[in-house]
Amino acid sequence: MTFLDVRDLRVHFPTDDGLVRSVDGLSYRLERGKTLGIVGESGSGKSVSSLAVLGLHKRARISGEIWLDGEELVGADEEHVRGLRGKKMAMIFQDPLSAMHPYYTVGQQIVEAYRIHHRVSKAVARKHAIEMLDRVGIPQPNSRVDDYPHQFSGGMRQRAMIAMALSCDPELLIADEPTTALDVTVQAQILDLIRDLQREFGSAVVIITHDLGVVAELADDILVMYGGRCVENGPSTEIFDNPQHPYTWGLLGSMPRLDRERSERLMPIKGTPPSLINVPSGCAFHPRCAYAELVGGACGYEVPQLREVGGGHQVACHLSQEQRHRVWHTEIEPNL
Amino acid sequence: MTAPMDVPSSAPEAQPGAVLTGAGGSIQGRSLRQIAWLRLKRDRVAMAGGVVVAVLVLAALAAGVLDKLFGLIPTTAFNQDLIDPDLQIPKGAFGGISLAHPLGIEPTSGRDLLARIFAGSWISLLIAFLATMLSVVIGTLMGVVAGYFGGWVDTLISRLMDVFLAFPLLVFALALAGVVPDNAFGLSGDVLRIALLIFIIGFFNWPYIGRIIRGQTLSLREREFVDAAKSLGARQPYILFRELLPNLAAPILVYSTLLIPTNILFEAALSFLGVGVRPPTPTWGGMLSDAAHYYQIDPEFMLVPGLAIFVTVLAFNLFGDGLRDALDPRAR
Repeated sequence: MTFLDVRDLRVHFPTDDGLVRSVDGLSYRLERGKTLGIVGESGSGKSVSSLAVLGLHKRARISGEIWLDGEELVGADEEHVRGLRGKKMAMIFQDPLSAMHPYYTVGQQIVEAYRIHHRVSKAVARKHAIEMLDRVGIPQPNSRVDDYPHQFSGGMRQRAMIAMALSCDPELLIADEPTTALDVTVQAQILDLIRDLQREFGSAVVIITHDLGVVAELADDILVMYGGRCVENGPSTEIFDNPQHPYTWGLLGSMPRLDRERSERLMPIKGTPPSLINVPSGCAFHPRCAYAELVGGACGYEVPQLREVGGGHQVACHLSQEQRHRVWHTEIEPNL
Repeated sequence: MTAPMDVPSSAPEAQPGAVLTGAGGSIQGRSLRQIAWLRLKRDRVAMAGGVVVAVLVLAALAAGVLDKLFGLIPTTAFNQDLIDPDLQIPKGAFGGISLAHPLGIEPTSGRDLLARIFAGSWISLLIAFLATMLSVVIGTLMGVVAGYFGGWVDTLISRLMDVFLAFPLLVFALALAGVVPDNAFGLSGDVLRIALLIFIIGFFNWPYIGRIIRGQTLSLREREFVDAAKSLGARQPYILFRELLPNLAAPILVYSTLLIPTNILFEAALSFLGVGVRPPTPTWGGMLSDAAHYYQIDPEFMLVPGLAIFVTVLAFNLFGDGLRDALDPRAR
C-alpha cells in the first residue's frame, strides 16, 4: 500500500484581495524508504502543499484527500492529527535559527519534542537528546546539548533541527528547503546526512526545493510544480535526461553548471511567477512559454491534463510528443 | 584580552565587558537574561533609578511592618507645642524642620511629615503594585488569547478593550467610591478602601497592556518556531505558555515598571480628590490635598509629598526605560 497518497489536493486562502489558489489539484504518491523532490519557484505551492499534509494551515480551505499509511488526514480530528505530528510525520524547516526557540537550549527543545510522545523522565529524554545529537554528527554532544541555538553554526543548527525532527522516529519526513540557508559546502553535508538517516530509519522523505541540484542526487522521484499544479513528474533520471515540459527546461537552463563554458550565459525563464489570485487561464505557464505558438491557441484557454509519456513519467502540456521531442533535442539539450 | 580559558566558577563576573568584545574566553553560553543584566548594569541612569526603587520598596515594607508591629513611626503624635497657636503653622523656618522632624511637621495637627511620608509610601506602593499586577494578569491573558486564537474571540476581546478604554474612569471611580458603604464584601475601613482602589485602578487599565500583548502575540504566532513546535505535535497549552509567554516576558516586565508610576499618580489623584483611603491614614495624594489649604503660608508642606511622588515616579520611569533598552532584541 502506498504510504503517502495525496489526491487532488487544493489549498485555497480567502483574502481581502480574493481567493489565493496556492495549491490547485495536486496528486502524488510516495512509498516508504523513497524520496520525492518537489521543485518549483517561489509561490508555486510546494511549501503550502506540504504544510497541508501536516495540517498546519489555520485559515485555509483544504479539499482533496491526504492518505497517510491508510488514514485520511483531511477533515480528520484535530487532536488525532496532532498526535501524528512528530511521531508519524515531522518537518525540517528552512531556517533553523528561526525554527528553534531562542529561549531554550538545543537539548531542552529535543527533550520536549521527545516527551510529547514518550512518557519518560527528563533524564532519560536528555540521554536520548544527546544520542540524537551524536547521530546527526554534532561533536561533543554531551556539552553542546546545553548550548542555545544562537551558539551553534548554521550547519550545526540544521543538524540539531534534524535531530529534533527525528527524535520520535517519524515515518514521513518533510524537508522544506533544508539547505537554502546554508553554505554550499555545508549543503552537501546536510544532504548526505538526510540520505544516511533515511537509510537508517527507512522513512519516506519529501524534499522541497527550488534548486534542481539538491534533488538530483537525493530524490527517487521528482515533481515539478507551477502555479499550484503539478506540470511534470516522474523518476529522477527521466526528469533530468528526458524532461518534457517547457518549464522544466527553463529550470534546467537556469541552473549554473561547472562543466559549462564561463562565457555562455544562463537561460533564465522570462517573466515572473503568476499571481495565485488571478491564475492565467488555460495553462498557467503559457504567458511565459516560448513554445505556446507551436500549439496554436489551446494553451490560453484549456488547462492541460497530466498525461503519461512512458516510464512512469507524466507531463501536463499541450505540445505534442513529437514537438517536445524535437525542441528538447534541437534547441534545449545542446545549449545546457 | 588574555583571559584564561577556564574561568573559575567562583568569579562569574570576571569580565563584564565580554559580551561586547566577544572575547575574554567566554566559552560558556550566556542566556538572554544574563545579557540583559549585563547591559542593565552598564546603564547608570537605569541603575540609579533601580536603586531608588529598591530603597523605596524596602522603606515602604519597613514602614508597613514597623508600623503594624510596633507602632514605631508615630503618625498620630500631635506635636502641638511646635505649632504657632495664632497662625496654625509650624514654628521655625521651612515648615519646622529640625533634627527631631527632618522634613518638618504638618500645620495645625503637628504630625511628623517624614513619618507620614513613610506610612504613605507603604499604601501608595501597595496599591500601585497590586493594581499593576491585576492589570498585567488580565491584560496578558486577554491579549494572548485574542492574539493567538484570532477570529471571533479576537473581535470580542478587542471590542471589550475599546469599551474599557472609552470608559470615563475618573468619574466612575468618584461615583463608586461614594456608593460603596463602609462595610462591604466582608471588608471594612482602610482594607476596603485599598481593595477598592486596587480594583478600580487595576481592572480598568488592562486594555493598555492587553493591546500590546495581543499585537506581540499576533506576530509571534506566525514565527517559525511555533510552526516547528506544532509540526512536532506540541499541544496548545504548551505553545501558549512555553513557546509564546517567554517571548512576552520582556514587554510584560517593561510595561509593568512603566505602569507602576502611572498607577502611583492615579492613586495620588484619587486620594487628592478625596475618594482614596480616608484620613487619618496618610497617603501622598491625601497629604497633597491637605497641603493645598496651606501652600501660601507653608509651602514646604506641599513640597514634601509632591517631591516624594515625583522622585518615585521618576525612578520607576528611568528604571523601566533602562529595562526596555536592556531587553530590546533590536539592540542586541
